[in-house]
Amino acid sequence: MTNEELLAVMEQERQAKGQLKYCVQVCSSTGCASSNSEAVAAALQQQVKEANLQETVQVKLVGCMGLCALGPLVEIERVQIQPGAPPDVLLYQSVTPADAPDIVAGLASGQPVRRLRLEMDDPFFTRQTKVVLAQAGRIDPERIEDYIAEGGYQALFKALAEMTPAEVIEEVSKSGLRGRGGGGYPTGLKWNTVAKVQSDQKYLICNADEGDPGAFMDRSILESDPHLVIEGMIIGAYAVGANKGYVYVRAEYPLAVKRMRQAIRQAERAGFLGQNICGADFSFNVEIRLGAGAFVCGEETALMASIEGRRGAPRPRPPYPAASGLWGKPTLINNVETFANVPGIILNGGDAYARVGTEKSKGTKIFALTGKVNHTGLIEVPMGVTLREVIYEIGGGIPDGRRFKAVQTGGPSGGCIPEQFLDTPVDYESLSALGSIMGSGGMIVIDDSSSMIDVAKYFMEFSKEESCGKCVPCRVGTAQMYDLLCKFSAGEATEFDLRLLEDLCDLVRNTSLCGLGQTAPNPVISTLKYFRDEYLAKIKKPEEVFGVAARANGRAPGQVEQTA
Amino acid sequence: MILDGRKPPLPSADKRWRLVDAAMRRNGYRPQGLIETLHAVQEAFGYVDDAALRFVSQSLQVPPSQVLGVTTFYHQFKMKPQGRHTCVICTGTACYIKGNDRALEHVQKTYGVSVGGTTPDKELSLVAARCVGACGLAPVVILDGVVVGKLVDEAVQARIREWLKT
Ligand SMILES: Cc1cc2nc3c(=O)[nH]c(=O)nc-3n(C[C@H](O)[C@H](O)[C@H](O)COP(=O)(O)O)c2cc1C
Ligand code: SF4
Ligand code: FES
Ligand code: FES
Repeated sequence: MTNEELLAVMEQERQAKGQLKYCVQVCSSTGCASSNSEAVAAALQQQVKEANLQETVQVKLVGCMGLCALGPLVEIERVQIQPGAPPDVLLYQSVTPADAPDIVAGLASGQPVRRLRLEMDDPFFTRQTKVVLAQAGRIDPERIEDYIAEGGYQALFKALAEMTPAEVIEEVSKSGLRGRGGGGYPTGLKWNTVAKVQSDQKYLICNADEGDPGAFMDRSILESDPHLVIEGMIIGAYAVGANKGYVYVRAEYPLAVKRMRQAIRQAERAGFLGQNICGADFSFNVEIRLGAGAFVCGEETALMASIEGRRGAPRPRPPYPAASGLWGKPTLINNVETFANVPGIILNGGDAYARVGTEKSKGTKIFALTGKVNHTGLIEVPMGVTLREVIYEIGGGIPDGRRFKAVQTGGPSGGCIPEQFLDTPVDYESLSALGSIMGSGGMIVIDDSSSMIDVAKYFMEFSKEESCGKCVPCRVGTAQMYDLLCKFSAGEATEFDLRLLEDLCDLVRNTSLCGLGQTAPNPVISTLKYFRDEYLAKIKKPEEVFGVAARANGRAPGQVEQTA
Repeated sequence: MILDGRKPPLPSADKRWRLVDAAMRRNGYRPQGLIETLHAVQEAFGYVDDAALRFVSQSLQVPPSQVLGVTTFYHQFKMKPQGRHTCVICTGTACYIKGNDRALEHVQKTYGVSVGGTTPDKELSLVAARCVGACGLAPVVILDGVVVGKLVDEAVQARIREWLKT
């Protein structure tokens, strides 16, 4: 496809849309699909046909709109005559096929169906800043034309036609973008390192393993706007000089895999992937690799072992993937959301991107807000908003009149943040300072009905199960910590157990080989720090452990008698 | 068994072996296609048995020990046949916080099946998953591939009872 052809497709799509009065958008992502949204779409289509409105009303399947808990969601967009006018949209919640006649009748009469209506002036919508998710829930993820109509692949043309690889990297560096996979490593710096290595073969990997249990940002991006990620990957490949790319997706995400496959085929047909992309002297192909259910495969060296067809066991770094990655070749590996940020940066410039966010954390971040909070779902906020804004304004507070207790970020590698720090800004440094991490975007709200020991135990069980077993501190340490936490949870622990637990945290953190082991103690460390009372309350007094006699003679049975 | 470089015959006339063979062919019978191949076996047969392990090992020229190692490493691959119904209970954080630990315990106790196991009558297999990415609907259970969300305690128990009758 040439730039002219691209613009022609865009114009065509605009004109087709200009014929319409209404666009009826039905969410078809995993959440809504499970509550029957495809049947809703079919019923709407049927009603539109019966009312003879096909000419002016289009029903289409789109990706996730964010408020998955209230699904199936249907968005009614009144097509604006004037270009650039603010969108006029209406959102319906929990729609069933039986609601279709009323909805379509409402289109004809101009009267919205009140009982289904979701107020769009709720802070859930107004407090978000959608950059990466701007088109999610608006375009049909299965049509490349929809993506192109919204300016898709223009960043690629710009990069290929007007910029050298070095300039692309410069722009990404200027944007201040940091890896969204958890570590927060500056993306420009990483790209620069890979670009500088001389090699006849370089690889690029998109990490879509999304192992954090309780997070679904990457799944949502892949399902709702797959071309955005592909475009970001192509630009990345151009910048670092890679000619072969892999998307490593979890097998648990069948819909994301399907949409990604489809999108890759479409991009190939359009000439955005393959030989001499867009006429430039640059070739790049992308293949999908399925994960097979192992959390540790999200770790970059384990992930590469898995692509090579081996067990996903991490290896020591250095050498870093940038020097020796897949099959020993220099490899750029970034997270889905990281790549999804790239087209915007190229199109609008790094400086524009850097205007959003805090000094060291730029841009927006997507979070999966779940747990005991009124609005659960997917949100995108500028870096630097406070946890309070996220939980109480966007999230709508805690349900059932319960009290907020903690918010967990970063999954099994993160920590629990208590109430007194709710005004902390959400950025990489502030969350680390509190003993948690930004992580990939899981944000789980915990209310006062949960015991923090159980939360720590839950995560430790996860780490124990998912430890690959290659190094002793993690394999044995997580199992020991888990056993200790079970003792606490059962009220069987002693003072000694508390000390042992703290020692183990220290040991496992400092001596494990990879990030899994190094961060596995975090949930324990943070709960010990902020909710120590809960641990102390579970410690047995000496007389409970050894009976009253122990107290009477002043020492515990079995304790070595001190001889003078 | 020797890895003699010869491509083995299909283990039986079962057509599903051809699907497995096709997956290996797509990767040029290279060892790097091992995981893709195991996915194909899992999908075609529902589990990976000894015959499949041997066949894959010989076809890809990967030592059997390594094929077994990879198969057991990844949770996705099962080595025993699954029951007529499969109940997946999400134990990801969001679902855990919203009470799926109780659903898991309920299914284990009521139907006498352990996580990863199958009832003796081969009716029900129970799988615990780590987040299926539908956390907005937590707590989530997947009944024969159908995602069911937002049901707790009695409600989810009733749903499972109903579903098992089908
Ligand atoms: C145990 C473990 C699990 C990880 N899981 C993921 C994951 O699911 N997705 C991801 O993008 N990065 C994950 N990472 C981080 C990757 O190793 C890597 O740093 C990241 O993909 C780099 O991309 P970024 O710079 O764009 O963040 C994980 C790291 C560890 C130690
Ligand atoms: S820290 Fe844990 S997961 Fe990482 S290599 Fe060691 S045993 Fe494996
Ligand atoms: S899945 Fe429909 S809104 Fe998220
Ligand atoms: S935690 Fe259950 S679906 Fe994510």
